[in-house]
Order: sequence, then C-alpha cells, then structure tokens
Amino acid sequence: MSLIVTQDICKTYRTGEVAVEALKSVSFTIEPKSFVSFVGPSGSGKTTLLNLIGCLDRPTSGTLEVAGIHISRLNRKKAAAFRGSHLGFIFQDFNLIPVLSVYENVEYPLLMVQNIPGSERRKRVLHMLDAVGMTDQKDKYPDHISGGQKQRVAVARALVTKPPLILADEPTANLDSQTAFKVIDLMHHMRDEFGATFVFSTHDRKIVRSVETIYSLTDGRINTHASLSSQGGNDA
Amino acid sequence: MLKLMKIALRNLLRYHRRTLLTASLIAIGVTFVLVFISASGAFKNLMIGQITDSMLGHIQVHRRGYMASIDSLPLNLNLEPGAMNKLEEALASTPGITAVSQRIKFPGMLSNFMETTNIRINGVYPERETTAVPLLPGRVKKGSPQLREGELFVPELLAAGMKLKVGDPVVIIATNRDGSVNGRQFKVGAVIESVTGPGGRDGYMHIEDAREVLRMETLEISEVTLRVQNFSKLNETAEQLRANLSGETDKQGRPLFDVRTWEDLSPFSNVARMIDVMSFFIRLMLIAIVLVAVMNVMIMAVFERIREIGTIAAIGTKPGRILSLFLIEGLLLGIFGTGAGILLAGMATFVINAANISFNFGRQVGLVLSPRLEPGQILIVAAIVILVSTAAALQPAFRASRMEPVDALRHV
Ligand SMILES: Nc1ncnc2c1ncn2[C@@H]1O[C@H](COP(=O)(O)OP(=O)(O)O)[C@@H](O)[C@H]1O
Ligand SMILES: [Mg+2]
Repeated sequence: MSLIVTQDICKTYRTGEVAVEALKSVSFTIEPKSFVSFVGPSGSGKTTLLNLIGCLDRPTSGTLEVAGIHISRLNRKKAAAFRGSHLGFIFQDFNLIPVLSVYENVEYPLLMVQNIPGSERRKRVLHMLDAVGMTDQKDKYPDHISGGQKQRVAVARALVTKPPLILADEPTANLDSQTAFKVIDLMHHMRDEFGATFVFSTHDRKIVRSVETIYSLTDGRINTHASLSSQGGNDA
Repeated sequence: MLKLMKIALRNLLRYHRRTLLTASLIAIGVTFVLVFISASGAFKNLMIGQITDSMLGHIQVHRRGYMASIDSLPLNLNLEPGAMNKLEEALASTPGITAVSQRIKFPGMLSNFMETTNIRINGVYPERETTAVPLLPGRVKKGSPQLREGELFVPELLAAGMKLKVGDPVVIIATNRDGSVNGRQFKVGAVIESVTGPGGRDGYMHIEDAREVLRMETLEISEVTLRVQNFSKLNETAEQLRANLSGETDKQGRPLFDVRTWEDLSPFSNVARMIDVMSFFIRLMLIAIVLVAVMNVMIMAVFERIREIGTIAAIGTKPGRILSLFLIEGLLLGIFGTGAGILLAGMATFVINAANISFNFGRQVGLVLSPRLEPGQILIVAAIVILVSTAAALQPAFRASRMEPVDALRHV
C-alpha cells in the first residue's frame, strides 16, 4: 500500500478579491521508505503541498490520503493527534524551542505529545541524539549551537516518535552548501536506519543529488518526475 | 502538569525583566492591600474595643421606647422586677454571654457647694460593670479604680470645670420618679477619663446609692449591658437573645424589650462600615491591576511566540496543552507576585509594629496601632490574585490554542 496517495489536488488561496491557484490538479503516489524531493523555484507551491500532506492545511479539492487515512476530513484535534502519531516535521528555520535544551527538544514530542514514560523516553532520546551525532551537545541550548547542529537536532526530534513519514520544507535553505549536503546525507542515512519515508522540498537543484524520486514543481503543477534506482547525477 | 510547569517557568524566565516587572507590580498591589487591610482592621478593632470595653458593652437591653428618649434618661421607662426576671431567664438560655451588668441611669445635678452642673449618673454593681466593660478601671486617672458605696466617679470633663480632686465632698441632687427632689452627699472616689461623644458627662456610683438618691422602693433597671464571648458572633448572639425575648410583650401587645448591639449604639459603626467599604474597593482595584498587568504581558507573550506555537502545534501538541501552557504562565506570575507581596506585607507590618505608631482619636490619646496579618485575609487575597492572574491569561491562552499552525508558522 502506498504511503501517500494524492488525486487531483487543487489549492486556491483567496485574499480578498484575488485568488491564487497555488496548486493546480496535482496527483502522485509515494511509497513507504522512499526518499522524495519536490524541487521548484520560489512560489511554485512546495510549501503549500507539504502543508497539505502534513495535515496542516486542507486542499480546495481533490483527495489526499496519508497512511490510509483521508486526512483532509480530520478536525483540529484529530489532525493534531494524527500529526503527533504519524508525522515528523523538519523546518527551514529549525524551529527548536529556545527554552529547552537539545536533549529536551528531542524529548518534547515523546513527553508532550505521546506521553511516553520516563525510562523509555530517555533511552529513545539518547539513541536519537547518538544517531545524529549530537550526544556531546545535549545540554546546550539552541542559541549556543550552529545552524547545521540545530537541523540535526530537528531531525532527531522528527524521528524520535518513529513516525512513518518525515516532512521537511526546505530544510537546507538556511544552511551553507557544505552543511546542506551533510544534512541531506544525514536524512538519507536516517531513512536507511529507521525506515521512515522522507519527503522534502528545495529550490536548490544541486542539493538533490542523492535523492531517489524527484518531482519538479512549477506554478503549482508537477511537470517532471524522475526516479533514480541508484545514486547518480542524472538530473531530471 | 509538572512538565508544563517547567516550560512555563522557563518562558517566564526568558523574559525575566518583564516577568520581574509584572510580578513586582502584583507584589506591590498585594502588599498595599494587605497592609491597608491589616492596619485599617487594627484601627477598627482598636476603636471598637475602646468603645465597647470602656463604656458601651457589646449588647444593651432596654425597655422598648427608652432609646428614643435616652437623652433625658427617663425613670418611667425602667425595667421592673417582673420584666427583669424574664430578661434574666432569656439571658440564661442564650449561650455565649459572659457578663451582665445592670445599670440605673438618671440625670442629676453635681454640686461642690460653690457651683452646680449637670451630670449623668450610672448606678452599677462595680464587679459586674467591670466584667462587662473591662476598660472602666483603666479609665481612672486619679484615685482608686475600686468603686465603693458613698463614692462617686466623676468624669474628667466635669472634675476640671468644678476643680474637684479625689476625696472632695460633693452633693448629687436628682428628681425622683414621682417628681420630688432628693440630694445626698458623696466623696469623689476617682476622676475618670471622659469617653468621646455622648457619655462624656457620665459618672458612676454604686447601684444601692442610686436607689437611695432616687428613693426607689423596688429595684428598677434602666439598662442592661452584656459582654459576649465571641465578638465575631455578636450578631448571632444578639439575634438569639431577641428570639428568646420575642414572646415578652407589654399590655398593648408590643414587644417589651429592645436589644441593640454596639453598632446600633455608637456612631463609630459608620466609620467602621466606611473602612469595610474602602477595603472592598481597594481589593477591587488590586483585581483590576492584576488583570491588566497579567493580560498585557500574556498578550505580548503569545504575540512574540506565534512561530513557536505554530511549531509545537504542528508537531502534534493538542490545543488543550497549549492553552494550559499559557494559563500556567499566568498562574505562576500570580503566585510569584503574591508570594513576594505577602513577604513584603509581613515586613511592612513588622516595621509598623516596631515603630509603635500611636495616634489620638477624639479624647483617646496614645492609642497604638498594631496591625496584624490575619491568615484568613492573606489566604483570601492570595486566592483572589492567583485566580485573577490565571483568568487574565485565559483570553491570550485561548487565542494561542486556536491558532492555525500554518498561519502561525508563516508568521515572521
Ligand atoms: N496563505 C497564503 N495566502 C495567499 N497566497 C499564498 C499563501 N501561501 C502561499 N501563497 C501563494 O501560493 C503560491 C505558492 O506558494 P508556496 O507554496 O509558498 O510556494 P513555495 O513554497 O514553493 O515558495 C505563491 O504564489 C504564494 O504567493
Ligand atoms: Mg516555501
């Protein structure tokens, strides 16, 4: 069974008199454990699309199924519960909680969303911190670590609840290209280690060299689709 | 709850200056209110104590109609032995009364053989009178506080005017009930401090002497003064006594007795009520201050953390949790402010007590104000402030919990 199935998704933003068609009939399916990127220039609809998949917003029309659930029908509370149990988020601006330490940031979803008991929680947090290589920084606060380190913490936070799907909207946009490659590599590595599906967006074609499935977005439409069975520089 | 508390606390500490400012504002408000309540309460209680314990007593019983013409101290409105027996019975079945003092009151002329002036005489049983109004001996300025037969306690006001000293002979002349006049010589036993207001010309003699001056065959009592055990239950006791006396009527079928508490008898009760009204409004003001201060800071907190709210909401934090998070911030602000305020108020009352602030009220000089923080008052103020600061956070917290994560995340 496919993890994500979309059929003719449209999203129209209405602000007063003007209506912006951010997505125009988008259809695709994404299989479990895949590593997928949506690439497109600014304004092409990447954020809009990821927000829809992420159960943060509803399509204007079309069907949208994630993990077998029609998520566009969920109410606020159910949507929050769905996100908490099925999804992990990585943000462009890292969005770590500034009053919590690195350890506590990773712990947050287990503690505040899933109510995992103490010893189990500790084990999983430490494991995740180790996996992203942030164990020795675990007591620092977000203000005292670099951008790349922040995004590693964010990856750990997204993965710690073992969700089947991780969504990352331009996770490398605020990083230099060296660090950006490292973060993509980390995500790739995490996909292999934890078996989660990664879907991320970027406006930077150079960054997607190790991505298996690339959807190219322009003006709210998917125009090309490339699948790489093996790693390679075949730019779609 | 504990985990939310930790995050809320850290968020408060993140904006420590603002938190400090708001908490200080609450603390100052709490301090002010507590000090005001305890100082005004101390003043009130002191004054009530002075008034009731030096002359009035807690409750007075007269024949109905006596109070209306109290200025002339009418002898024809006294309580005869039959009525007194009924009153004694009713008093015996009213719990909480610790002292009963019977008085014969009458207007008289005081003469020092050179000049004459008006005096109001209270004929009393000395022991009963001093248990009912325990400050009476304390009012004795010169002479012995022990009232003996043949002696007269003269109020300072008259003693000064007539140049009377302890031991001087004086004559008391009074009109009897039948209209005849009688006089008797007394010795000035003591000069007593005059009380403020009506009663400034009140002197005391033994009740048997009063009977003799008035040529009273059977004992007729003008006034019965009572002292209750628990002053805070005064009104209940008075009610109980009224109920016990309600069956007693005169020949026309009207109630025979008139039971009044000090509040009905002293003009100071209006001042006391005024103080209560003022402390009510000051509490209201505190509520307004806390409400505005906390609401303001919480609205700011929500606005500044919109993206953070979007993040935790996106991650799957339930709206109820987000609501609680901000409510707890308000709660903690209230707790910190109140805690500091109580400490400050404690120090302030300590300082006031140590400073021994004394004041004069009317004729009473050198009254020492000694405010005390009542645990009950502290609890009430603390509960109000903490409740109000949590309530003030409600609207901002609700807004935060209702935010759409997409909109919140887009916010810059
Ligand atoms: N909340 C919104 N209201 C109105 N228009 C929006 C809103 N969000 C996005 N858009 C518009 O939709 C289009 C797609 O935006 P977006 O999905 O953010 O693209 P991308 O993430 O690829 O830059 C843009 O034209 C943008 O201006
Ligand atoms: Mg975008």
